[in-house]
Formats: sequence, C-alpha cells, structure tokens
Amino acid sequence: MKRYDDVTAVDGLDLEVRVGECFGLLGPNGAGKTTTIGILEGLLDPTSGDVRVLGRRWETEERALRERLGVSLQKTELADKMTVEELLRLFRSFYPRGRSGDDVLKTVSLEEKRKAWFEKLSGGQKQRLAVACALVGDPELLFRDEPTTGLDPQSRRQLWDVIGEFKAAGRTVLLTTHYMDEAERLCDRIAIVDHGKVIKLGTPRELIASLGGDEVVEFACESGGALAAAELEALPGVTAARKQGEVWALTVAEVHVAIPSLLAFTAKRALALTRLSTHRATLEDVFVTLTGRQLRE
Amino acid sequence: MNPLVELTLARLRSFWREPSAVFWTFGFPLVLTVALGVAFRNRPPDPVAAAVETRPGSEALAAALEKNAEVKVRRLDAADAREALRTGKVAVVVQAGESVAAGDLSPAGHPAEPGRPPPPGSLLPSLAITYELDPTRPESRLARALVDDTLQRALGRIDAAKVADAKITEPGSRYIDFLIPGLIGMTLMSSSMWGIGFVIVEMRVKKLMKRLVATPMRRSHFLASFILMRLLFVLLELPVLTFFGWATFGVGVRGSLPAFVSVSLLGAVAFGGLSLLIASRAQNEQTVNGLMNLVMLPMFMCSGVFFSTDKFPALMQPFLHALPLTALNDALRAVMIDGASFGGIARQLAILVGLTLVSFAAALRLFRWR
Repeated sequence: MKRYDDVTAVDGLDLEVRVGECFGLLGPNGAGKTTTIGILEGLLDPTSGDVRVLGRRWETEERALRERLGVSLQKTELADKMTVEELLRLFRSFYPRGRSGDDVLKTVSLEEKRKAWFEKLSGGQKQRLAVACALVGDPELLFRDEPTTGLDPQSRRQLWDVIGEFKAAGRTVLLTTHYMDEAERLCDRIAIVDHGKVIKLGTPRELIASLGGDEVVEFACESGGALAAAELEALPGVTAARKQGEVWALTVAEVHVAIPSLLAFTAKRALALTRLSTHRATLEDVFVTLTGRQLRE
Repeated sequence: MNPLVELTLARLRSFWREPSAVFWTFGFPLVLTVALGVAFRNRPPDPVAAAVETRPGSEALAAALEKNAEVKVRRLDAADAREALRTGKVAVVVQAGESVAAGDLSPAGHPAEPGRPPPPGSLLPSLAITYELDPTRPESRLARALVDDTLQRALGRIDAAKVADAKITEPGSRYIDFLIPGLIGMTLMSSSMWGIGFVIVEMRVKKLMKRLVATPMRRSHFLASFILMRLLFVLLELPVLTFFGWATFGVGVRGSLPAFVSVSLLGAVAFGGLSLLIASRAQNEQTVNGLMNLVMLPMFMCSGVFFSTDKFPALMQPFLHALPLTALNDALRAVMIDGASFGGIARQLAILVGLTLVSFAAALRLFRWR
C-alpha cells in the first residue's frame, strides 16, 4: 500500500509475476500503475506491505537488485548535450557485467544516431535510447512504465519488437500501459488496475472470455433509453448488455444468432435503429464492463 | 570503464557543450575585471569644481581661483549655483560679501597686518566671503579647504612654514590590486555554487537523477564527480584569471604559489559542499535560485570583493570574518598582495576546511535522491 498525505494511490494490490513472462498493469491514468511499478523498482517506499523482486528485498539487497534490473521511466530526459554512445557508455559503466553499447544500439535500431546529441533525437528515438539504457546492464527483469505513450505507430511497433525479443530470450518484463492494444499484443498476463486495486487478473484471452462472448454488438435506436438490460440479455445469443450513453453494447457469443433476434425484437417494439455495428471484444470492453468507464477518459 | 571517470566526463561534456555556462564561468569574470579595472584605474586627481556666484566684486575672486590649476571655476548666478551644488556639479559655492575697509578684520577672523604692504599677487581689497557647502560630502570639505587656501594667499596671507609634497605609490596599494583577488574569490564561489547546485536540481527536475538512482551507480561517485569537475575547472579558471590580472594590470602573486593554488582549490571544494547542501532538498530551479542568491548576495556585498570589510561597523566584524568568502578573499589577498605563505593564512584555511566538513556531512544526510 502507498499513501500520499491523504490520497491512497495503491491499496492492497497483490500480484505475482512469473519468470519469463510479460506482465502488464492495464488501467486508466491515475489508477496507481506508476506508483506500483515505482515501488517494485525500489524508487518509492511503500507505506506498508511486502515487496520481493527476484526473491530479494529492497531493504537488504538493493545493489544486487539494481545490477539485475533494467528500468525505463515514464519519461526519461537524459543529458541533452551528450551523444547516444556517450550515454550508453555512462550507463554501462555502472554495471559489473552487461552488453556492449553497439549491441544494444543494434537491438533498438539506433546505430545511425550514435553520434547525435540526446536533445536532437525524436520522441520515438529518445524512448528507444531509454530502452537501450535499460538493456545495457543485461537485466533479468525489465520494467517499462508507459513504454509507448505519445509515440507514432511506427515507433510503437519498433518498441514492441524490442520487448518481444527480450521476452523471447527468456527474460521477464513488467510494463504498465493504458493502451489495450499494447497490453493484448505484448502481455502474457494482465492485471486490470483501477483506484489502486487489481480488479481483474488473467491472460488477455481469459479476460475477454470473462465477458461471456467474443463479439460485441453496438446499437442505438430512438427512445432506446426505455429499454431494460434484462430484456436485451434475454434475447437468444446475447450474454450481457450494458448502456454507454445512447449506445447499447451487447456481448454475444454468436453474432449470426444475436443479430436476427435483436432485429426481430426492435421490429416488434417498433423501434427505429439509428446505428448497428459489431466488433471483436477487446480489453477495453472488459474494462468498461468492470468499471462502467472507458480506459482513456 | 570506471563509473567515476564516466560520470566526471559526463559533467565536463555537458559543461563544454553549453556555451552560456562557459561564458559565465570564464568570460564574465574577465569582463567584470576589465570593466572595474578601467572604471577605477589610477588617474591624476580631478580638479575640484567650485562655483563663484556672480555679484558685484565676485569677478576678482573668480580670476584669483582660475590661477590655481587644481580648481575648476564656474561663474553662475545664485539660483544656478545652488542647483549645481545640489546636483554635485560643483562642490562648493563662493559668495563675495561687502567690501570692508583695509585694516578691518578679514572674514576668517585673522587680523589684517597693518603697515605691511600687500604682497605682489594680492589684487584684492579685504573682503567678506561666504562658502556654501554640504559638510557631509568629503569632496565639498576638500574643495572648501583648497578654495579658501587659494583665496587667502591671493588676499595676501603669508604661510608660516615652507612645505613640499613627496608623492609615493606603494606596490599593491592600487584599487585594482585590491580588486583582483576579490574577483578571483567571487568567481571561485559562484562557479562552484551554480556549477553544482543548479545542475543537480535540474537533473532532479528532469528525473535524470531518478533514472541514475535506478542503476547500480554508487551515490558517492555521483557526488564526487561534481567535486572532481570543479577541481579540474579551478585548474583552468585560476591560470586564466591570474594571467589576465598580471598581463593587464600587473597584479601578480607575490607570495607562495602552492599556497595560492591550495587555497583556491580548497575554496572551490568548500563552496561545492555548500552548493550540495543548498541543492540537497530543492525540488525545482526557482527554489534553488532563491536559496543561492540568499546565500551569495550577502557575501558579494560584505565579504570584501569590491571594498574592504573594514568599512562595516566594528560590531559586525566577527561575523563578516567568519563568512567563507571573506576567508577566501582575505587568504587570496594575503598571498597575492602581502606575499604570505601557508602560515599567514592558517585561520582562513581553517574556516574553509570547517565549511567543507560541515556542508558535506549535512548535504549527505539531507540529500533527496528520488
């Protein structure tokens, strides 16, 4: 648990990350993800609770832990007027063993920027260099806080590849994100976090399956406000119904059964549909179902 | 790859690649030295400015004063003369009074000398003269004395003794001799203060410090890199400033050179410690800026950079002499001007060592790493 004066940022958050997996903390801004990862990185002291990383405790084995961890903060501003390779040499010098600067530069595809000052790099290049600085000590466990926030799609894919390769080498990753696509693509297991608590934990498939169906049908109709969730959930093929503003979202197992029954239902009630669409269920739908709110509000 | 070497290199690179930092460390002290050296260069004394109020009988006084090259005479009417006195354009105003008959008392109360013929320079009958001046202004008192002397002689006063002036200029007595050690001390202080404290807070604000703390970096290496950087820079700053003072104004180091270098290095380290202490908790640049100025401004004023600490009341002297910049300046002056060696500056060295120990101990205890 972590308490700031009168705000409890993280409250009774229990989780266990396994060696060799990529574990994601998914939640909206302000959910307590960064506080949680900060405690695990040994950069924040928990108000209470028990933290063990790689079987060690921060209080007694800080240095041994630091040598085995790679950390990249949410936004890393390195020294503006140092070059990429100078920064990597600096970070490498702190670790008793690790990878060469050239090696990690290749991993993050920044070789051609080796002589560039940090301040001249683009946002995506800065993030890649931040990952390179985290990898240069050849860590067993990598912490990434919001690895791709604010980046263009190409930079995001490059960073995802870097994390994918790291994991493929049998290493462990813990990341936070508020992007469901990032969580779905990278993470073996996800903890959905809200208000400092884990509200759901599982693999992406398990979380989506918990909705009771793979597909989501969204529709809106005139005077749709008069409908009750129970009526819609009684329709064949529909497992759950929830209302988001004017739009109803139905979780369905089989679209080909649910859509005809929905159309028949609206025809019988003489409701004019103003919108009808379907998509595969995502972690966003899981989050909305659990909290009634969108991830990115 | 030694982490301490890499950290120190990082400090040096970040400094060299920031042109404004280089200017404030190297260029600014030189500019300041030149400006002050020119402003306070030794010149022949200015003539004193005196106004003679135009009224009947005044012209003879003005003419008599003009014969003395040390007096610059202006003829002004009453209102203009008063205005010139008020604004400091003249130091004294001379008013001619009513003529008095020969044989009466002269204005200063000396008896006129009856039966003695007026000396050849004496053109004037006995007069009453009034001087208007502000006696709190030293230049007014000087002007009054000089003007009165000139007029009295012209009026026929005979000096009782024959006097002659011998002009003497002792080496080290010029203002620039006083100033250069003070500027070196001031530069050592401000480079250490800004070069360490400000950079640390900037790293804290940018979360760069947090990032470094997340590595196995030893914290002692981090702090030591700042001190190492300062020591290396002193070895650059000191020759530049000293050579400049010697080449331009002929201010050299008359005492022990090892003592000069040692006290400079010790000064840089002591202020480096003070800077670490100031920056140890500050969370943003504004805070550290304010704290720096709070600590440095009194020392700029009171530690004998531009003028001697002796100008302050005796009551304040023990405090002023305990200030680290006073100690540094006094030691630099003793070595550069008075030719002192280590023995002559033991007290100042002790103050600087004391500041180093106390500030480092406190800074390490208080330092905010995250």
